[in-house]
Amino acid sequence: MTQIATEAPRDATRRRSARAYVLSALGPVTVVVGIVWSILQPYRLTILHPHGESFWWLLVQPPLLVVLVGALFHFLVVPGLLEDLEAEEPE
Amino acid sequence: MPPPEHVHWLFASGFLALGLFLLAEAVVGREIWRKRRWRAYLWPSTMFCMGLAMWPVMVFFTSSTLHMLAHGAWAEVMMVAGAAELGLASGKLRSPLWRLAIVAAFVVTGAAFLVHEQNDWFFQRSAFLHHLLGWTFLAFAIFPLGRVLRPRSAIFASGFALAFVVVAIILYCDRDVAPVFGHLSPLAGEPHR
Repeated sequence: MTQIATEAPRDATRRRSARAYVLSALGPVTVVVGIVWSILQPYRLTILHPHGESFWWLLVQPPLLVVLVGALFHFLVVPGLLEDLEAEEPE
Repeated sequence: MPPPEHVHWLFASGFLALGLFLLAEAVVGREIWRKRRWRAYLWPSTMFCMGLAMWPVMVFFTSSTLHMLAHGAWAEVMMVAGAAELGLASGKLRSPLWRLAIVAAFVVTGAAFLVHEQNDWFFQRSAFLHHLLGWTFLAFAIFPLGRVLRPRSAIFASGFALAFVVVAIILYCDRDVAPVFGHLSPLAGEPHR
């Protein structure tokens, strides 16, 4: 009886911490994927070697889009979500 | 006008954002995700706006009637699915069966991809990716369907989120004229960088 009462909350706390960790990693992992992609395929970045390309070639550069989405998600969505998640977690 | 591949990459970014929102919701759970009102509206409104953005694509990219019909169908199902989820998030719609709208969106989208791609898989990269996207949407429809039947299932929620990430990856791989696994039909044209 005592063992069950002491072990169950400990497991729950560990799981919630893992959730916060995963949540914090989503944006940075996305950004890293975009950076690795730009290193593996630098020709997908028009900005590195512009040759009179049109507006769209300068605006839409896939690896930068991936970095942008990851960064926006990390800085705009994650902080509030972490706050709410930690508020739900018992000490 | 942007080249078609640029449009695919922009929509890929939208799908990647959808995937991240839904992954975050799957990680923290629906209750915590909805603790702030704006977050409940985040992915449905993103999908609705992507549906809206599909209309100019339908109007300006008129390479064939089939393309127009496919883009129109995607615009409609994305807007309907986004609107249904917005209605559910706001509480104006109460029946969980409205979640079937996103299942229908997956099925219609997949079918439209397969019907409107007239070339074989290995004609060139975009043909390959259109076939792949079609079958991906049809296969991954199991996840939104599971989400209707078992709303609290982490597996269906995660699979639903990952479906959008997979679609984003496929769309980012798209080029207007490029080989796929070394195959490029001479009828496809000259590849560029």
